[in-house]
Amino acid sequence: MAYDYDKSIRPGKLPHIWCPGCGHGIVMKGLIRAMDTCGLDRKNTAIVSGIGCASRLPGYLDACTLHTAHGRAAAFATGVKMAKPEMTVICCGGDGDGTAIGGNHFIHACRRNIDMTYVIMNNFIYGMTGGQFSPCTPTGAKASTTPYGNPDPVFDISKLAIGAGATFVARTTAAHPREIDKLITMGIKHKGMAIIEVLDDCPTTYGRRNKFRSVVDMMKHLKANAVPAVAASKLTAEQLQGKFLTGILFQEERPEYCAQYAEVIKKAQA
Amino acid sequence: MAKKVALLQGNQACAAGAMYAGCTFFAGYPITPSTEVAEELSISLPTIGGKFIQMEDEIAAMAAVIGASLTGAKSITATSGPGVSLKQELIGYACIAEVPCVIINVMRGGPSTGMPTGPGQSDVMQAMWGTHGDHAAIALVPSSVQEIFTETVRAFNLAEKYRMPVQVLFDEIVGHMRERIVFPEPGELEIINRAAPTDPPETYKPYDATKGQVPPLASFGSGYKFHVTGLNKAADGFPTTKAEYVDAEERRQVNKVNDHAAAIESNEEYLTEDAEVLVWAYGSTARSARYAVNELRKEGIKAGLFRPITLWPFPAKRTAELAKQCKAIVVSEMNLGQMIHEVERAAKGNCTVVGEFRVDGEPINPGQIAAKVKEVM
Repeated sequence: MAYDYDKSIRPGKLPHIWCPGCGHGIVMKGLIRAMDTCGLDRKNTAIVSGIGCASRLPGYLDACTLHTAHGRAAAFATGVKMAKPEMTVICCGGDGDGTAIGGNHFIHACRRNIDMTYVIMNNFIYGMTGGQFSPCTPTGAKASTTPYGNPDPVFDISKLAIGAGATFVARTTAAHPREIDKLITMGIKHKGMAIIEVLDDCPTTYGRRNKFRSVVDMMKHLKANAVPAVAASKLTAEQLQGKFLTGILFQEERPEYCAQYAEVIKKAQA
Repeated sequence: MAKKVALLQGNQACAAGAMYAGCTFFAGYPITPSTEVAEELSISLPTIGGKFIQMEDEIAAMAAVIGASLTGAKSITATSGPGVSLKQELIGYACIAEVPCVIINVMRGGPSTGMPTGPGQSDVMQAMWGTHGDHAAIALVPSSVQEIFTETVRAFNLAEKYRMPVQVLFDEIVGHMRERIVFPEPGELEIINRAAPTDPPETYKPYDATKGQVPPLASFGSGYKFHVTGLNKAADGFPTTKAEYVDAEERRQVNKVNDHAAAIESNEEYLTEDAEVLVWAYGSTARSARYAVNELRKEGIKAGLFRPITLWPFPAKRTAELAKQCKAIVVSEMNLGQMIHEVERAAKGNCTVVGEFRVDGEPINPGQIAAKVKEVM
């Protein structure tokens, strides 16, 4: 039987704004399946985003949804979670939104280890504004503002999240839909900051400038270069060249921020 | 029973006023000369189960305040001029998304780092026009420690009533000065809480103008699922570019304040009944102005003081009436002339309007105001 996505989608809000071939819809379906698996009561679930194509996702979902300003999702979400810790808080957005203009909020939300799940759709480009390079655009790649090739080094979002203190960090791709909902589910169940990086495709503003002849080519590229982290130890550095590790990249238990603040309240009231 | 009395700093009175108003959430970032507001609330908020969070920057603090407010918490942040500049984009977000919150601005000089420990009144135009786009603004300018308390309470009331950000601006002098304060008893000052939606969750629309100029705002986590965005939107909160919706919403959001300017207005007048010359001043400057008016009266000069407590919306009507009555208005402020432009606009040439300004980090003293009055008389 076909999966019932409709009950999670706000009536009348489709079609979405995403281009044909964009992976954001795959991620949204994965998120819906994960929310169902976790049995989330949508009345007590806040889905918070910034600005950009990926950040339009919350509007389609029937929940408490907050579409904020560019880069600020994690900071708004921190306010929601702190004020009402009983709510489940999910952030979503793109690579530019989360790690360029929102980079400071991203790393500090990781550091606090506040209990939220941040699904970051990394399609290597600013799609909504027409394809300018982001901190995740591969060096040498073409973007509308790197006509001679991108001179910038690249952010590894997952490494950034681990370094900043997130306690659950995982990566997958839009070509691995089953793994998307599996990892988001684990992220939601994890008590602390969970970063789920989904490598995604933007055929419209990235693919066509970078010799991907079709969406299928982009998906094949994601699939061909994904190496499960558990298998990576068996491969040589040479074999790992140009590949990206997927699956759970880091996981640890550390006191969660709202729980820590509950201790502050106890002390203040003693 | 005797009321509780204390010798309190202005910034501490602000924190106490926030607690009195029912504030349960603070997010901020350290900045002189406002930091004591944060320090005080870091002590008192957790004692009532409220939340205090020091964020990674000024923008994050504003974001967290808006996020917290959407869960129903009365929320506040405190900063100074440079911090307000950083918050401006999200102040605009709070305007268009109509999220109640209070922003404290303890003013120093500037621009940029300026003189962080010195007083200034140079953010008064920023309070109105700092954020982009068309919007209404409410800004309050207390001039004593007691008044910081009451105006902070009123700021929360106005924020909740009109569903918008409200700014309280006081200069560093008032913020750091210590004065006697008499704490109001619980229930003595009016406390306005957020209006609950009358519609059930199934039919609730967060921007439904048929519910009035200020449609009720539901809280996240209270059974209502709704969408909040900074995009122009229709009654249901979802983005629209339809001209008639955009126009109607923009006008409603400005008119909800402007149509009630008289109710939001709050001024103090001192010896204005027979005044021939008026000193127009606010914040700590108004204290020097009052002293100057007393001295001038002793010399037989019929001086009076007009002191706005609500700075925005601008008290245009009363300023215009006084301009017709007086020969001259001396606008005194710790900047190089900001509110004077509004006073001139309201005066419409009916009297002379001159400024007495100071930006050297020193307070404006009564002598210089009195001298200016004599110069124009």
